Amino acid sequence: MPQLIKSGAVTEDRWTLLREPAAALPSSPVIVPLATWLGARAELASRADVGVWLAPTDDPALLAADIAALPVIAVDFPRFADGRGYSIARLLRDRHEYKGELRAVGDIARDQLYFLHQVGFDAFVLREGKDAQDALASLRDFTDGYQATARRTPWFRRSGVAAPVAVTES
Amino acid sequence: MYRYDAFDQRLVNERVAQFRDQTRRYLAGELTEDEFRPLRLQNGLYIQKFAPMLRVAIPYGLLSSRQLRMLAHIGRKYDKGYGHFTTRQNIQFNWPQLAEVPDILADLASVEMHAIQTSGNCVRNITSDHFAGAAGDEIVDPRPYNELIRQWSTFHPEFAYLPRKFKIAITGATTDRAALLVHDIGLQALRNSDGDVGFRVIVGGGLGRTPIIGHVIREFLPRSEILNYLDAILRVYNRFGRRDNMYKARIKILVKEQKPVVFAQHVEAEWERLKGGPATVPDEEVARLAAHFTPPLYEKLAGDDIGFRSAVADNRAFSNWVKRNVFAHKKPGYAIVTLSLKKTGVPPGDATSDQMDTVADLSDAYSFGELTVSHEQNLIFTDVRQSQLLALWSELKDLGLATPNIGLLTDIVCCPGGDFCSLANAKSIPIAEAIQRRFDDLDYLHDLGDIDLNISGCMNACGHHHVGHIGILGVDKNGSEWYQVTIGGTQGERAAIGKVIGPSFAAHEMPDVVARLLDVYVDHRHADERFVDTVRRLGIDPFKERVYAAAH
Repeated sequence: MPQLIKSGAVTEDRWTLLREPAAALPSSPVIVPLATWLGARAELASRADVGVWLAPTDDPALLAADIAALPVIAVDFPRFADGRGYSIARLLRDRHEYKGELRAVGDIARDQLYFLHQVGFDAFVLREGKDAQDALASLRDFTDGYQATARRTPWFRRSGVAAPVAVTES
Repeated sequence: MYRYDAFDQRLVNERVAQFRDQTRRYLAGELTEDEFRPLRLQNGLYIQKFAPMLRVAIPYGLLSSRQLRMLAHIGRKYDKGYGHFTTRQNIQFNWPQLAEVPDILADLASVEMHAIQTSGNCVRNITSDHFAGAAGDEIVDPRPYNELIRQWSTFHPEFAYLPRKFKIAITGATTDRAALLVHDIGLQALRNSDGDVGFRVIVGGGLGRTPIIGHVIREFLPRSEILNYLDAILRVYNRFGRRDNMYKARIKILVKEQKPVVFAQHVEAEWERLKGGPATVPDEEVARLAAHFTPPLYEKLAGDDIGFRSAVADNRAFSNWVKRNVFAHKKPGYAIVTLSLKKTGVPPGDATSDQMDTVADLSDAYSFGELTVSHEQNLIFTDVRQSQLLALWSELKDLGLATPNIGLLTDIVCCPGGDFCSLANAKSIPIAEAIQRRFDDLDYLHDLGDIDLNISGCMNACGHHHVGHIGILGVDKNGSEWYQVTIGGTQGERAAIGKVIGPSFAAHEMPDVVARLLDVYVDHRHADERFVDTVRRLGIDPFKERVYAAAH
């Protein structure tokens, strides 16, 4: 059973990740492929326990209209070296103002966690065989960083060098 | 130069601790080879033919004497007493032990250095003009922007796993000494008609397997928007760059396949959404960074030094060195000096730890304790008084670093090649040496004038052979080493990719091939025409005919 890290702690995962589109969905909490969601939006949106997962090639803008209603969005990392999910997370958080659970799934191990957290993920399903308790430490690999991320403004806006202007993305 | 504050230092220290733990887990069997590879690569650690190779970042090529002494120390303590300066203004150590690398990183951190993102599919070390701050043709000092972008690129959480490596070069002068047109992004700092600083943005250049000259996608970007714009470019690339084939994964392929104008539209659309956002650079931040690069305390000198002028007139060897290795400075009475790492018999770009220590002392004595590494693999003292050039020359001669060959045929740009690199198809250092030995007549070399000769041991083109006036590429044919020759390549603002003259040659033929190319030039050149100008005027045919007529 893969372990879930959420909000900085190891916790039980009540969601089932449905990798392939299926005609019949389980009645328990389930995360469905984007195509499944788009094909049955009205019906699925009436359930509060259906989330969506995005492949690296999926366009997060397709979820823009549903963003407020989705309890979970997962982003798949088929290989850890595939970095597209980092940009997808930034777009979901910054551009579409997604506030729900954003989970990283797929080829996820502890050494990615700090960056994943910075771009907006707050839940991580480690790949099989990795110890989630060990991995928690990596969320604290760095105390801070230079760039604007989903978690912070750039250091030069907090360092006292310039007035901390309130700026938001248009 | 830029000095770390507590924030910068903590980041680098945390990286050392992180990599120490990753190395421990790997050696303890908790991380597989496949899992460890990307982690070590993002710290500049390759596994090479004989040992790991560690590439240390020299941000935009700028070093203090204290940092150079640490590099000398590292070469002595962990390596075989030398280091190799690279075509990306970095330094490589070829013989460290894997288990000792965390200690090397800790030593580097003690002098505000690191090996962060010197390899891997991420934004690599920022490169720049090796004459920055001193050049007479400088419009904007690029160094504050180099540092701004260094910080932006360091541990950028969104762009650590790009489709492929990503190289950014920045200049602020009218002459392009940083090869902007063959980088993933080239930024030329300039002023608009109102006097405001901004950047001309070039995207999609590169060498390697598919050499392409970059495209200007924006003529003037206000400096406050530079990080938003870079985020936009990188985001488009990160999302849409090819990941199915590593040979087609660089941004140049995306730009080419989309067409530059369409790629630019995607970037501009993304930028529209980021413009004015949190990453907009405040003037105060530019001012803070610029304060790290204030000019040194130059003496007020009237003009050319009289003693220097007469030494040039009296001393032919000194005069030859001045002619090739000394460059005009923006301040009267000062000069820019290039220390040649291209002495015959020494692999291009190599320096021993003892040489590095002495160079550090000389930079303290002659050039305010700083130096730069050029992408042509030489070292530069940017601020030397003309009156001290004779004394400096004499010391450099003793050190073997005064070969008067900068820009000449023997100032060969060369990758480590098959002697060290596991990617190489062929050796490159022995080819460089054979050519240097063949052309050892200084009068002939000076008469030939400016010729860029570049050698790469494989298609990855670390020796930038595509932009050499004469480019040599090592290729593998049925398990043996052969060399393909291109001519007419050019770096700088008129960048061009060289053309292949024909079938490849065996190693022992290479000095003769170069000799015949030069003969054609000498026979046909117009006055004041460089080798590459003659190639441009005549085309490659006369060169090709001479080379192959003699060979077969």
